[in-house]
Amino acid sequence: MPTGFEYAPAPESRAVVDIASSYGLFVGGEFVDPADGASFKTVNPATGERLSDVAEAGAADVDAAVRAARRAYTQVWGPMSGAERGKYLFRIARILQERAREFAVLETLDNGKPIKESRDVDIPLAAAHFFYHAGWADKLEYAGLTTGARPAPLGVIGQVIPWNFPLLMLAWKIAPALATGNTVVLKPAETTPLTALLFAQVCQQADLPAGVVNIVTGAGATGQALTEHPDVDKIAFTGSTDVGKQIARTIAGTRKRLTLELGGKGANIVYDDAAIDQAVEGIVSGIYFNQGHVCCAGSRLLVQESVADDVVRRLQRRLGTLRVGDPMDKNTDVGAINSAEQLARITALVEAGEAEGATRWSAPCELPDRGYWFAPTIFTDVSQAHRVAQEEIFGPVLSVLTFRTPAEAVAKANNTPYGLSAGIWSDKGSRVLWTADRLRAGVVWANSFNKFDPTSPFGGYKESGYGREAGRHGLEAYVAAGSED
Amino acid sequence: MSATTATSQARDLLGVSALSNRSLRTWLHGLPPVDQVGAEARAAALGTRSIKTTSKAWAIDTAISMIDLTTLEGSDTPGKVRNLCAKALLPDRADPSTPRVAAVCVYNDMVGVAREALGDSGINVAAVSTAFPSGRASLPVKLLDTQDAVAAGADEIDMVIDRGAFLSGDYRTVFDQIAAVKEVCRSNPDRADAHLKVILETGELATYDNVRRASWLAMLAGADFIKTSTGKISPAATLPVVLIMLEAVRDWRALTGAMVGVKPAGGIRTTKDAVKHLVTVNETAGPDWLTPQWFRFGASSLLTDLLLQRQKLRTGAYSGSDYVTED
Repeated sequence: MPTGFEYAPAPESRAVVDIASSYGLFVGGEFVDPADGASFKTVNPATGERLSDVAEAGAADVDAAVRAARRAYTQVWGPMSGAERGKYLFRIARILQERAREFAVLETLDNGKPIKESRDVDIPLAAAHFFYHAGWADKLEYAGLTTGARPAPLGVIGQVIPWNFPLLMLAWKIAPALATGNTVVLKPAETTPLTALLFAQVCQQADLPAGVVNIVTGAGATGQALTEHPDVDKIAFTGSTDVGKQIARTIAGTRKRLTLELGGKGANIVYDDAAIDQAVEGIVSGIYFNQGHVCCAGSRLLVQESVADDVVRRLQRRLGTLRVGDPMDKNTDVGAINSAEQLARITALVEAGEAEGATRWSAPCELPDRGYWFAPTIFTDVSQAHRVAQEEIFGPVLSVLTFRTPAEAVAKANNTPYGLSAGIWSDKGSRVLWTADRLRAGVVWANSFNKFDPTSPFGGYKESGYGREAGRHGLEAYVAAGSED
Repeated sequence: MSATTATSQARDLLGVSALSNRSLRTWLHGLPPVDQVGAEARAAALGTRSIKTTSKAWAIDTAISMIDLTTLEGSDTPGKVRNLCAKALLPDRADPSTPRVAAVCVYNDMVGVAREALGDSGINVAAVSTAFPSGRASLPVKLLDTQDAVAAGADEIDMVIDRGAFLSGDYRTVFDQIAAVKEVCRSNPDRADAHLKVILETGELATYDNVRRASWLAMLAGADFIKTSTGKISPAATLPVVLIMLEAVRDWRALTGAMVGVKPAGGIRTTKDAVKHLVTVNETAGPDWLTPQWFRFGASSLLTDLLLQRQKLRTGAYSGSDYVTED
């Protein structure tokens, strides 16, 4: 019997999911082998074990997928009534709910995120996005879109998504595209393809017409082949700012449309009148949720000088209670870093922070021997000039800066090339509104952080990209003005 | 600590020359506010910890040892109190390794009965005093009530605060009453000082901000324990309220170096509920509070469920309530 309150392991069973030893591409409603037979492995970042081999799509495979999508668009999906399309989306949403546990386990194995988060956040939200957009499919004329009363689909959409929320980002991309009458070719990230391939099976189970959804797995070259394909009408990308810029250059001068959801360095502003204990919780969920692999993470804490020491002390105490380790354990709060590459990047930036003179504090937790791990970390004595205050780390690393007046808080918050998210903590409603009005960020949370809902639009300013996803605003990105006859 | 020393310590902490109602108000209202949505979300998250096997066995035994086994009915009889004491002494006759509870909690007039039944077993007698549960009596009556209990051999006094005074902003009255009762707790020269548990009756305080202020006010006036409820008002102990009180004792320790205990009372009936509270103690105030000295459950039916779950862990089979004595 333990002498204190040591939680015994409470592992989720992995028996609910069958992982094939290899996967093909999902093109035209079928799993097919890639033209040149190339493949790559996907691993469990918590252990380093190989989970499966996944086909690597080349240009010929991407071309086949785009042609399948075009055929489906012209012959079936485009002409179909919105009400009919909605039925398919509702069916997909219900299947996602029915198979939620299977999806959650697979997501955690492939991504390294805690089962608590894949089970309670990723999968329910993915289903919610399909439900929400299913409801819009037959009501687009009444959505008050800028395209007028006859919103028309764009055609074939190429979509490239990141590894931090694999199924959720798939849902953000596919649900609105299908609801508005488009067909899609989607490329998941090379480190996390498995839930997208399980989603392909859901499309089959839902009897979705062949070619409406196509999934091509691969790395950067596959994504490039997709963005360069001449018969794609629009590219939707979520990922790093660097890749986003490359895509924008590639597409410049073509007729293709583009929406980009890129990086961020979100400011989390804590005023001295805030509910401090709840603000500490919000800071924790702002930066340590999903190991900090969140583009809208609150990675810059701006705290009023008069309460800064107190907030940092409370934060350190709270980080001592975070449980880092096996993502399949239901009690785990912080899981594995997604890949060796990402771990190397986080480590390099943290070393730069120390070298530049910021003070590093890491939670005293034991990290597993195998797999990729990084202890939750706080930098204090950070100045705006430090790299850890400016660059996106995409890991469980918080930079703490202080301010004296509301104007200074706003100036510091806006002084970044990014503009995706921000948080404001104050007990005073007027101060919250005053601040929110002045922040150049796509999403501003008040007395909360990292809250998502399909009805609420999401997107960035400046180098965080353009276009909005979810809500009515998200529909705009997938429609054009139709004929008025 | 006499009432004068309580006042002088409070003056030091507040940094004022006179402990007036205004200085108390300024200080209590200067505490950080509580965000209701955030506090309830945190409590809900703490309630989802998954507790298995060895941890559960430890949690069950610890929870049993933290119980103030309670009967507070107008219809209580000496016989009923003796039955309760017998259960406190031998919670599970089938398994003598079962820990004993911390205390038996009764009305004032039953203190003698309980004292006699428990003997020198080490199980404390707790008495509810100060015109429990309403607290609607004059201070001399409340002090006499407490004196009665202490004289009859109570080891612990559970007093109620004057919620009317608190809600009207008369913090000085609440402070003075707690400090005066505390002095009575120390008045028996033949016995160790009785421990003072201050019941905030959080269900009547309505807001989490009030719960936090009342917790600090009670600690300032010399409470050894802060307790949620009488059990006569709904809602009684809820997890968010206990969370706020645990934050208060944690912060009080950071400020003064002294520890104060926390006792949720009323409405905690199942092992699952008790475990959620222990998780909240562990992750909020810290493991130092995970002993009967610093955390108690005020409960009557909780023990039954804990014993059933304990039997199930030991034998692998769930035997049913007929295999645990009722009281």
